[in-house]
Amino acid sequence: MPDLHYPRAYIQAAATTRYGRHEGRSALDLMAEAANQALEQSGLQRGDIDGVLCGYATTLPHLMLADLLSEKLGLQPHYAHGMQMGGATGAAMIMLARTLLRAGTCRRILVIAGENRLTGQAVDTSIQTLAQVGEPDTEVPNGASVPAYYALLASAYMHQTALERDTLAEFAVLMRSHAANHPHAHLRDPISIEQVLASKPIATPLHLLDCCPISDGAAALVLSADEGPVQVIGDGQAHRHQHLSAMRDVLDTGAARACARALAAAQLQTEDIDYLAIYDSFTITLVMLLEELGFAPRGGAGVRLRRGDFAASGPLPLNTHGGLLSFGHSGVAGGLAHVVEAWRQLAGRAGTRQIAPRRHALVHADGGVLSAHVSLILQAEGIA
Amino acid sequence: MNSRHPLDIERCEHCGTCWALRPYACATCGHTALSWHRATGQGIVIARSEVHRAPDTQWRALAPYVLVLVQLQENVTLMGHADASVAIGQSVHGRAVEINGRELLKFDARDPP
Repeated sequence: MPDLHYPRAYIQAAATTRYGRHEGRSALDLMAEAANQALEQSGLQRGDIDGVLCGYATTLPHLMLADLLSEKLGLQPHYAHGMQMGGATGAAMIMLARTLLRAGTCRRILVIAGENRLTGQAVDTSIQTLAQVGEPDTEVPNGASVPAYYALLASAYMHQTALERDTLAEFAVLMRSHAANHPHAHLRDPISIEQVLASKPIATPLHLLDCCPISDGAAALVLSADEGPVQVIGDGQAHRHQHLSAMRDVLDTGAARACARALAAAQLQTEDIDYLAIYDSFTITLVMLLEELGFAPRGGAGVRLRRGDFAASGPLPLNTHGGLLSFGHSGVAGGLAHVVEAWRQLAGRAGTRQIAPRRHALVHADGGVLSAHVSLILQAEGIA
Repeated sequence: MNSRHPLDIERCEHCGTCWALRPYACATCGHTALSWHRATGQGIVIARSEVHRAPDTQWRALAPYVLVLVQLQENVTLMGHADASVAIGQSVHGRAVEINGRELLKFDARDPP
């Protein structure tokens, strides 16, 4: 039931840079490219933007990134700050933007993230920085890393649900096939199940092609209280632990709890969702989230995939840009790219990738080791 | 705090729940009085991974190595190293050993697999 007393939150514009290798370009260069494109697309003037939310950048640690960015972009917002929630940051910025618009604090908000994570630092540095989401006394000193945390999680989940490595590999192949159609995707060469299985082991059961790449890139969106092509009609979060060792139950990480809150806010059921934008830092992340969110029974995500349900032409298209696994992962912008793609598909602006009209998209992102969860429900306004 | 034995865990003085990750309050009952206890080290392996891509040069020299999560009989979960033969579901016993210059947990199989 829409409350007429509160403004609503619409996504007016969304843009990504190309993801991949951007030799010589800084985090600010990339963020500015995406922001300028989104602003131009929105048709708004710089003076119209009264809110700026930006994600952290590991290659540009800064005490007040939103102010730095605002100055560089020629903006003077009434409200601006950075946010840090790991991979959930992008979705969380959209959730906060909706809250600020509904509260009347802002009218038009720029949401932005990006960094030169691939070319701006050594791969070891990226891996060590990310590993710090682990417990500093009992986990990190063991020579652990984010792939190792997710590999441990995968081993426990596979033991409990009889999920097999082949199914994980099939999701990597699906993401790659979707990325092949996106000119901005980092990895576009087709891969086979056999190639995923035979790729070098990173932390068993996860092999190289079960892991997302490290990319350079940026994404930006403009949200406003003025009517637009896509409305954010629900959102929810859940936070049950920070560290893997403190996870109470691999079958109840918090994903379903966040999603239930978002669906309740939108007054919708799982069955009403007809597009999925699900965080996929690793193949296991994607499968666990799909099953916990209720889009496949436990151990059943592979069956739905093989039936074609998650294909661009299927009933429940999944990450039609290729996800983190193939579109690329440039930190907060990695997760934000899922929102950009969901917006493009709902708004009918996906060009050659355009799928049949869709009404409701679920965006779900996690940060840490399935630690911070954010769900969003986006609604296409053009379809009655 | 950081010089604790790797099997040291905390127990809530009010409800008795044990915690491994050094919290400031008991998430079961909310009380803040927690005291240190040495865990027995007995537990069951609930997760296992052989790490091939190590995070730095020092660990690279030791790769591949096996990491496990073990649910101790005190109902807390701790991470440690294990031999390659250790599998999920196995009963193990943890002890402190020096690996890569740090005092870490090593879990050994208690029964033949």
